[in-house]
Amino acid sequence: MNIIVCIKQVPNTTDVRIDPVTNTLIRDGVESVINPFDAYAIEEAVRIKERCGGKVTALTMGPPQAENALREAISLGCDEAILVSDRKFAGSDTWATSYTLSAAIRKIGDFDIILCGKQASDGDTAQVGPGISAHLDIPQVTYVKKIEEISDKLAKVERMTEEGYDIVQTPLPCLLTVVKEINTPRMPSLKGMMRAKSAKPLKWTADDIEAAPAALGLDGSPTRVVKIFTPQQRKGGEMMSGSTEDVARELTELLKDMVI
Amino acid sequence: MASITILLEKCTGCTLCIKACPFGAIHMANRKAVIDMAKCTLCGACVTACKFGAIELKQDAGAKKDLSSYKDVWVFCEQKKGFIQSISFELLGEGRKLADKLGVKLCAVILGDGLESKMDELSWHGADKIYLVDHPALKSYQDDPYTEVLVKLAQEYQPEIILCGATTIGRSLVSRVAIKINAGLTADCTELDIDLKERLLLQTRPAFGGNIMATIITPNHRPQMATVRHKVMKEAALNKAHKAEVISKRYPEEVFTSRTRLLDIVAEIGETVNLSEADIIVAGGRGLGGKQGFAILGELAKVLGGAVGAARSAVDADWIPYSHQVGQTGKTVCPKLYIACGISGQIQHLIGMQSSKVIVAINKDPEAPIFKVATYGIVGDVFDIVPALTREFGRLLKK
Repeated sequence: MNIIVCIKQVPNTTDVRIDPVTNTLIRDGVESVINPFDAYAIEEAVRIKERCGGKVTALTMGPPQAENALREAISLGCDEAILVSDRKFAGSDTWATSYTLSAAIRKIGDFDIILCGKQASDGDTAQVGPGISAHLDIPQVTYVKKIEEISDKLAKVERMTEEGYDIVQTPLPCLLTVVKEINTPRMPSLKGMMRAKSAKPLKWTADDIEAAPAALGLDGSPTRVVKIFTPQQRKGGEMMSGSTEDVARELTELLKDMVI
Repeated sequence: MASITILLEKCTGCTLCIKACPFGAIHMANRKAVIDMAKCTLCGACVTACKFGAIELKQDAGAKKDLSSYKDVWVFCEQKKGFIQSISFELLGEGRKLADKLGVKLCAVILGDGLESKMDELSWHGADKIYLVDHPALKSYQDDPYTEVLVKLAQEYQPEIILCGATTIGRSLVSRVAIKINAGLTADCTELDIDLKERLLLQTRPAFGGNIMATIITPNHRPQMATVRHKVMKEAALNKAHKAEVISKRYPEEVFTSRTRLLDIVAEIGETVNLSEADIIVAGGRGLGGKQGFAILGELAKVLGGAVGAARSAVDADWIPYSHQVGQTGKTVCPKLYIACGISGQIQHLIGMQSSKVIVAINKDPEAPIFKVATYGIVGDVFDIVPALTREFGRLLKK
C-alpha cells in the first residue's frame, strides 16, 4: 500500500496575538507547527501502513523552512518526505495549491491512498483536499472519522455529517480528508527522531513536477485578496453578582427576547 | 511569473506596509521598505495599505477574458431526505440582495429524488428560476454525481455567481466543481457584497482563526463561487405569491454514476438540534467534571430548544462525543446565544464561538479568559447556576 499524506506548516494558533496598538497580527516569535488536522492524517497513514504494509510519503508545498514539518512527519512514522518549493508558487490560492500538489503526486506516480487533514488552521478553507482529488480525477471521501475496512481495492469509511455519519465505500486509489475523531496521534519515537535528524527530504521545484507555469502561484489563482483587516476584538461585558437565584432571574430577564 | 517590487523613489519609509502585512514579511532598511521574499505570499495587503503607490504587484494576467455571457446568481440548495436545509433559505435571502444589485435573476439549483413538491418552497423564498435535476442517484449526497451534474449545469447556463453553504456537503462538492470548471472559490464567507463598477463579488471571510479578515475577489474567472457560513445571513422572507420558473433537466445515465457507494446514513443527534443550525448553544468544559455535568446542561438546552456544545477537554475526557466539540479542531458556530459553562476559554475554543451574538460565561475562576469575550459573566458554581437558569427559563417559557 503506497500512502501519501499531504501536510501544511502553519503558525501555532496559541501564539497568534494581536498587537493592541497597531491592531495587526504579531508574527514575531510565532512557532511553526504541523497543521493540527494533518497530525491525524499522518497517524492514520502510519496505522494503515502497520495494518497493510507499504510506505508513507509525506508531501508538503511551502517555503524552504517547511522542511521542518516534514522532519517531524518522519519522526512520527512517515518513510519518505517531499518538499515542493519554488518562488513560482507564491500567491497560490486553493486552486493553484491543489494543482501544484496534484502535479507532485503525479510525479510520485504510484499511490493507493492520499490522506489530508480536513482543513488547515490558518486558512480554514477545507478546499485543497477535494481540489487535489478533482485534479487527479479520483474518488474522495471528506470528513472521515473512521476507516472501518481497507484492502488493496476498497475502503469502507465513516464520513462525519452534521447529524451523525454516513458509511461510504470507495474504490482505491482515492483521497480521504480526516477529522480529529479518527485517532489519537502517537508521540514521536526515539527511533523516529533519529531518522528525522538524518533524513533528507526530496526537494522539487516547479520544473521538477512538470507543472504548467500559467497554473502556478498568483497567476494560476482565480481569486485575489484585495483587503486584509483586523476585526473589532470582542470585549468583555458585564459581570453579574448576587445570589444564585437573583443572578438567574436577572439573566433570564436580559435574555428574554432571545429565547422566546 | 508574478512579482512584487518596492519603488524606492516613492517609498517614504512610513512603515504602513509593515503593519498591513499579515505574514511579517516586510521590514525597513535605510528608511525604505524591504520585502522578505521567503515570507511574502503576494497577497497584496501592502499594496492597498501604501498611501504613496510605492509597491507594485505585477502578474501575468493573460488576455482579459470576455465574461459578459455569465449572468444570474445561483444558490445551491441542499436537501437531506427530501427536506430543504435551512442554510438554503439563508443563501436565498443573501442571493436576492446580490441579484437585485446586479439586476439579474436569482436561481435555485436543487438535486435530489422526488422533489417536485418542494418547488413552491423555493419559489416562496424568492427564487426566480429553479434548476431541478431529479434522479434516484441524487437522493442522498454523493461526490461524483453531484459534481458531474453541477458542472454540467454551470457550463450550460453560465451563472456569474454560485453560493453554497459551508456545510459538510457544500464544502466537499463545490471544492471539486471549482477545479473542474476553472472557477474561483472562496471558503466560509461571513459577508458578501457587490462592486457594481466591475461586477465583482466581494467575499469577506475570517482567516487565522478569526484573527484577521480578508476580502477576496475573482477578477478574471466565472462563475465566482463562495461557500457561506451557517447562521450569518438572514433567511429570505416568505412570499407565497412569488412563482419561479422551473427548469427540469435530464441527463444521460452515465452522468449519475458514482465510484463511491453510500451504504448507510446514521443519525446520532437525538432530541437536541444540530450544532451548526442551533440558535442557542449551551456548552460545557472541564469545569463540568464529568458526564453528569452534561446531563444538567442538556436540561437547560432542552428548555431553551438549543443544542449542547463542548470544549475539547470535555470531549477528550470522553464525557461527550466529538460531534459536539466547538473550537479549532471541532466546529465553528455562531448562534444568537452561547452559554459557556465551566469553559476556561482557551484560544482554540474562542476561535470556534467568538462570533456568537451574545455570550454568557459561567465559571468559578474570575480570571478565566472566557470572561474577556463574554457579554454577561457570572463567577460561580455551574452546578448551582445552571439548574437555577433551567428553572427560570422554564418558568418564562412555560415548560
